Amino acid sequence: MKLTVWTYEGPPHVGAMRVATAMRGVHYVLHAPQGDTYADLLFTMIERRDERPPVTYTTFQARDLGTDTAELFKTACQGAYERFRPEAMMVGASCTAELIQDDPGGLAKALGLPVPVTALDLPSYQKKESWGSAETLFQLVRTHASASVRPPRAAGAAPRCNILGPTALGFRHRDDVVEIGRLLAALGVEINVTAPLGASPHDLSRLPHADFNIVLYPETGELTARWLEKTFAQPAVRTIPIGVLATRDFIAEVAAIARVDPQPGLAYGASRSPWWSRSVDSTYLTGKRVFIFGDATHAVAAARVASEEMGFEVVGLGAYNREFAREVRAAAEKLGCPALISDDYLEVERTIADLQPELVLGTQMERHIAKRLRIACAVISAPSHVQDFPARYSPQMGFEGANVLFDTWVHPLVMGLEEHLLAMFRDDHEFNDAAGPSHLGGLAEAAPVEAPVTGSVAWSPEAQQELGKIPFFVRGKARRNTEDYATDKGIAIIQVETLYDARSHFSR
Amino acid sequence: MSVMTTLPINQAKARPVLRERGQREVFCGLTGIVWLHRKIQDAFFLVVGSRTCAHLIQSAAGVMVFAEPRFATAIMEERDLAGLADANEELDQVVAQLLERRPDIKMLFLVGSCPSEVIKLDLSRAASRLSALHGPGLKVINYSGSGIETTFTQGEDACLAALVPEAPVQAPGASPSLLVVGALPDIVEDQFRRLFEGLGMPKVDFFPPRRAHDIPAIGENTRFLLAQPFLGETTQKLEARGARRLSAPFPFGAEGTAAWLKAAADAWGVTETAFNRVISPGRERARRAVERHQKVLSGKRIFFFPDSQLEPSLARFLSKELGMEVVEVGTPYLHREIMGPELDQLSAATVISEGQDVDRQLDRCRAARPDLVVCGLGLANPLEAEGMATKWSIELVFSPVHGFDQAGDLAGLFARPLMRRALVRV
Repeated sequence: MKLTVWTYEGPPHVGAMRVATAMRGVHYVLHAPQGDTYADLLFTMIERRDERPPVTYTTFQARDLGTDTAELFKTACQGAYERFRPEAMMVGASCTAELIQDDPGGLAKALGLPVPVTALDLPSYQKKESWGSAETLFQLVRTHASASVRPPRAAGAAPRCNILGPTALGFRHRDDVVEIGRLLAALGVEINVTAPLGASPHDLSRLPHADFNIVLYPETGELTARWLEKTFAQPAVRTIPIGVLATRDFIAEVAAIARVDPQPGLAYGASRSPWWSRSVDSTYLTGKRVFIFGDATHAVAAARVASEEMGFEVVGLGAYNREFAREVRAAAEKLGCPALISDDYLEVERTIADLQPELVLGTQMERHIAKRLRIACAVISAPSHVQDFPARYSPQMGFEGANVLFDTWVHPLVMGLEEHLLAMFRDDHEFNDAAGPSHLGGLAEAAPVEAPVTGSVAWSPEAQQELGKIPFFVRGKARRNTEDYATDKGIAIIQVETLYDARSHFSR
Repeated sequence: MSVMTTLPINQAKARPVLRERGQREVFCGLTGIVWLHRKIQDAFFLVVGSRTCAHLIQSAAGVMVFAEPRFATAIMEERDLAGLADANEELDQVVAQLLERRPDIKMLFLVGSCPSEVIKLDLSRAASRLSALHGPGLKVINYSGSGIETTFTQGEDACLAALVPEAPVQAPGASPSLLVVGALPDIVEDQFRRLFEGLGMPKVDFFPPRRAHDIPAIGENTRFLLAQPFLGETTQKLEARGARRLSAPFPFGAEGTAAWLKAAADAWGVTETAFNRVISPGRERARRAVERHQKVLSGKRIFFFPDSQLEPSLARFLSKELGMEVVEVGTPYLHREIMGPELDQLSAATVISEGQDVDRQLDRCRAARPDLVVCGLGLANPLEAEGMATKWSIELVFSPVHGFDQAGDLAGLFARPLMRRALVRV
């Protein structure tokens, strides 16, 4: 058993729902107790979908357990087929149904439905949402593409690719697919199938007709890409085009595999973000301490953008999905910062409190943490909230995505002259963090009272007062450094001098 | 899978009820934790369940609760099921870990879930063991909020029913006291308390209490009023202790609230004159506040999907006080006795349905083309996209709607979607 306050990932059947909901023409019959239908609202409310997810739940109750839940499943499955007439079906069990072992796959087979049925075996007590979506896509592709053959290509035909990984409820998948589609068009590469987002079961059977695959979201697409590689000898592009540099690398990789000229891609909608980053105002971004956490793909990509395109210092990098821990550790090592692989919200919170970054790039969970710790935050990864599904076009990938990243990461920061003035005139009664934002007329909630300084060292009143003059967004770090320094030097009471000694010590 | 049956009701006139069994688009009882953990300020709710349970609770409210929640999930893993680990030992460790983090907790609810029920994990034994281990400063109680046994608000019923045995036994010959049963927002509780005081009722307690150890004594001299209609099991437990229920409509709207208060006033022998003097100002305020919404709601047709068991009471309020025409009242469960005074007031033309087959109900709803549909979050946007105006039902449970001074707000919740439609031109 594991004590959990908030979870980063749902159960694996929610991953399966993300695939089913992304597609056209499939229907998922889920053997599940009453209550599991809550998952519908993830799609209808958070993502504002205007249709119910294509899922029928058996919603069995205690009284059904004494009778025949298998019969209930068969009735629901038959009824769902007749009502929705899907092109293909998926069947499976949620965590409770897994325990009663009714075998939805076998039961559905016995019904002899006139459409292909994919049985999903998603172990709820071992695996989680991302794994569930990857496995579901893989099983669907196996069902529908196993019998396909890769047709011969006419000489001189335009290169053709599949895009793998985008799902329903994905963080900006909707817009990434459009942005990357435009980029590929500029390169003269045709898109054969995008899956699962927007694909029908028939489309899945056409996956082998492409020359290569692009894995945009490895959390969902990698398993399928490997199978397609092995079965149909389709190579895969694996660079994630998040940020200007990675987008250029992506173009180079696509151009090499597709044997096309990369130039039209590089020229396509050339990003403003390099100039925004080089222009003098961005000097203030230099060395801003940032903590990054999310799904492995977005976190690793964000770390590169943060360090190489924004000039931030990445002080911590982590991911909640253990399946990609190796990639995260490698990226953290390269940046010389610690890696955190954890799905424990409380551990992430402790890490952020310890590191005292100036900016957190994370999921909606880190937004909670950052709000509580009064640290600036931008969301870069699922799980996300209704406000992370904006009305406007807002990709994360490609050159336009790089522009979006620049704006959304910089806006929460204290920048430029404001930063200087805060540091220079700490005693101004309406211009300090304790007064609340001045543009809100001093009526906004003021900063919380400093947590009492604890630990083995004490602060003299003068030193405590001096500490208060340090802007709030670096104060926590200064306090911690000074205490560490004092402990190290055996100083029992921190004086003003100690504060500045520590500052000079750590600035070396 | 639906049957029309005739209910043998004494109080209500016998009327047909459409009973349905099929896919139920409803929450499970765990969802009640979202409000209960705020109501009882020193209690903590530990769900013993799966990742699905944890995901449900954080998704149920549509948004996450920003303050540190007083609930968590002990997520069962493969080894708990395979018998490699003794689930009880694991649970003890999780509880110890939790108490280390939250030493301020005075009452811990171990909340059973579908998987814990199916593997027959005995949480009542675990609760006794943990009470002995961590007591007397901590009391551990268990109830089930599983979807196989409870629908949405029935989770509160199960929780309160489990709390009844914790009440001290009333001294013999104690003076009569009134118990108001069902979680209410603090502000509503305070309003009711002032009204009962005005009526000269000396001792009024609310259940659940705001602090875990403030449970009032319950016994033969307790009269109780349900503030929420979904408390059937709690009612049984209270009656088994000798307490007597005062039958009344529920306190929604000016008339519902007046009738509810009247039931208590009558039991205490308050004169008609005194009663009217005390409640008139509130009732008048409520009438005026409700009246403002009549021009939007009057004559409009409304359709309820089942959600909280509040549906028949709300339907009564909307038809009696706002002149709405109720096409169908869906309720997950119809407690005939408790709902008697409400059913009496519903038009014979209104279809009452119990349980659900969501696709069939959607067919009926589309065929009826009501002006307003009250439904859960999973159905609201899809129905809006089909051109129907909707009111998400969860807001009726998550906002203060009881009593005179909330009657206008309650009407407003139904009026707002229609007003918005009139305003928005895109």
